Amino acid sequence: MGTKVVVAMSGGVDSSVAAALLVDQGYDVTGMMLKMWVGDCEQADNACCTPESIAQAREVANQFHFPFYVIDVKESFKTNVVDQFIEAYQNGLTPNPCFHCNRTIKWGELLDKATKMGANFIATGHYAQILRDESGLSHLVKGVDEKKDQTYALSGLTQNQLQHTIFPLGGLRKSEVRELARKYSLNVSEKEDSQDLCFVGAQGYRGFLKQYRTIQPKPGLIKKKNGEIMGEHQGLDQFTIGQRKGIGSGLGVPYYVISLDSENNEVIIGLQEELGQNIILTKSFNWISGKPECLSGTAEVKIRYKAVPVSCRFESLENGIIKIIMDKTVRDATPGQIAVLYNGDEVLGSGIIQSTMRE
Amino acid sequence: MDRIYLDYAATTPVAQSVIEAMLPYFGTEFGNPSSAHYYGQLAEGAIEQSRRDIKKVFNADDYDVIFTSGGSESDNLALRGAALEQRKRNGATKILISSVEHDAVGHTAAQLQQKSGFISVKLRVAKNGIVDLSQLKEQLNKQVVLVSIIYGNNEVGSINPIKEAAKLCHEHGILFHTDAVQAAAHLKIDLSDLDVDYLSISAHKFYGPKGVGALFKKKFLPLLPQITGGGQESGFRAGTSNVPLIVGMVKALEINNESINAENSRLIALRDKLITNVLRTIPESQLTGHIKDRLSNHASFVFDGLSGNDLLIALDMAGYAVSSGSACKVGNPKPSEVLLALGIKPSLALGSLRVTLGKSTSENDLDKLLTDLPEVVKNLRKEKQLKNGN
Repeated sequence: MGTKVVVAMSGGVDSSVAAALLVDQGYDVTGMMLKMWVGDCEQADNACCTPESIAQAREVANQFHFPFYVIDVKESFKTNVVDQFIEAYQNGLTPNPCFHCNRTIKWGELLDKATKMGANFIATGHYAQILRDESGLSHLVKGVDEKKDQTYALSGLTQNQLQHTIFPLGGLRKSEVRELARKYSLNVSEKEDSQDLCFVGAQGYRGFLKQYRTIQPKPGLIKKKNGEIMGEHQGLDQFTIGQRKGIGSGLGVPYYVISLDSENNEVIIGLQEELGQNIILTKSFNWISGKPECLSGTAEVKIRYKAVPVSCRFESLENGIIKIIMDKTVRDATPGQIAVLYNGDEVLGSGIIQSTMRE
Repeated sequence: MDRIYLDYAATTPVAQSVIEAMLPYFGTEFGNPSSAHYYGQLAEGAIEQSRRDIKKVFNADDYDVIFTSGGSESDNLALRGAALEQRKRNGATKILISSVEHDAVGHTAAQLQQKSGFISVKLRVAKNGIVDLSQLKEQLNKQVVLVSIIYGNNEVGSINPIKEAAKLCHEHGILFHTDAVQAAAHLKIDLSDLDVDYLSISAHKFYGPKGVGALFKKKFLPLLPQITGGGQESGFRAGTSNVPLIVGMVKALEINNESINAENSRLIALRDKLITNVLRTIPESQLTGHIKDRLSNHASFVFDGLSGNDLLIALDMAGYAVSSGSACKVGNPKPSEVLLALGIKPSLALGSLRVTLGKSTSENDLDKLLTDLPEVVKNLRKEKQLKNGN
């Protein structure tokens, strides 16, 4: 038998092809589906862990003759991902639940389970690459398909986690993965990609927050930076930085959300030109190599999953805070999201955006 | 890897002689029993011979046998068919079921309540899983349309006093059904003595094929057909008869019943060895169901401090096919309602294990399991403790 690997399967094309490739490469594969917390929307089509998705993944496992199990991680997912998500919005942040799920669930619960089962690796259908150098260090590198690259949400992984990880799709383009799915005659070869967050369902994240928030949102004021009152809002969790929709119309010119002041429960708005920020302070910074190569340097920073990387300088401040100074202002650097530093295609590390400024 | 199958309550392999008995009816003798011609007559002959044979096995001269697609259909037909028709006759609307029914009965009763104006009431069971007859007695009155109590429970193996329950019901003129899907494989059922009004069985639990079963109904008792059409099965269940599967079911039943006493003695010895040793070697373990009045092949436990789903996975990886009591391939760790009905606390009910033995089970198989199981349980408990500690 080959090296033992546990594949995280969602019943989708990517993880199914990942599993098939590993079988072809001679690995001793076990498939696992993580049963996440999905609230009241068990029937949501795009969520994994629906009976259909389980059946589809089981069918793939059956086709390639490897065992497949469903593991319940509802409790942990609820605490570490969903509750954090709700709390973050209530504090005026815009969280990235996939980032936290990867760190605590897939590379937490699942890796843990896999290790205990005697597996050397876990594998997922993410579009990302891991390159191992001769010193034994694992480098996290963008997937070949730049449009699909998922290193943004994987940038919180540690050396130890990466050393026990395989990304079979890192060197492939999505079209090639579909092609492989057809070649393998997978039942899921034409299944659509999932789009939204797996746990919010058809109601979207705003509807989800309305249903599950733990503190009733307080109405508050909408102000300009200079303190001028421009209107009222019904709760901070309905706003995100850069948002234009829902900001009191009839002001003549379009206004945008500049920042959310959770302390005073105020939405700060401004004109388009006030929107940009060029300084980011991050907390809980994770260096992929385990330690910073240097205390300061130049890199490119990506502030959202779909954002275009921007050239920047970074410096380490006290208490693990990393200050990122971008070469130009960006409109949607948002507290709660992740700032990922890249050197070309390689991820240097990332931290959670704590605050942004303009200098 | 050597694999050991210990999930005979889930399903059983079809005996070779049963496969051979079925084969002609797929090919050469393929006729539709409803057809008037020679081919039809051959097929009809096979079905009616099977009907006579199965009645003989169950000593069921006073019963109609309705061939169905399996246990769930038989349960559905009995509950809906009897409740709807009997209500029309006497106006009664209350359905009494035990709190340890299979979902085929439980969910059907619930739907009859939600959609058809019946009232479904669950009868208590004792800690050993046996239904409380004194409560049944208290509940029996003119409002009750039908009582349904499972014969041998699938999750905890307890065997209910069906003859006594049926007698109590009949004293009040109330119809009585039992789900004998598990029991039929292990108990010699004499319907003239048991005297229930309706009884469900399913072939694949006694080494017959999947997708075929039967409902026994005492002659002249009410039953509203749930599948209407061509009037097959004396009008009680329409649809072209599944000739090969019916032939296979009855053949399997005959073979099973020939050796049922000897096989039961063998299985009980193995079962009790398994139970004794599990309880002796694994701390914080508990037998679920009745210690003696249980299916001959059935051993079920709960273990403190672990998840049944994790236990199944670990045992599957070690080559043992077992179950937690009911199908849970979706990994949904809700404690079983049956175990909760026995008064087992929810945290303990999550750590359930069902081991069910069968014809191919040897003492050696169980010795192997008894060597590995304590180790597996110990490791899972350690893991869970570490995790909760963090």
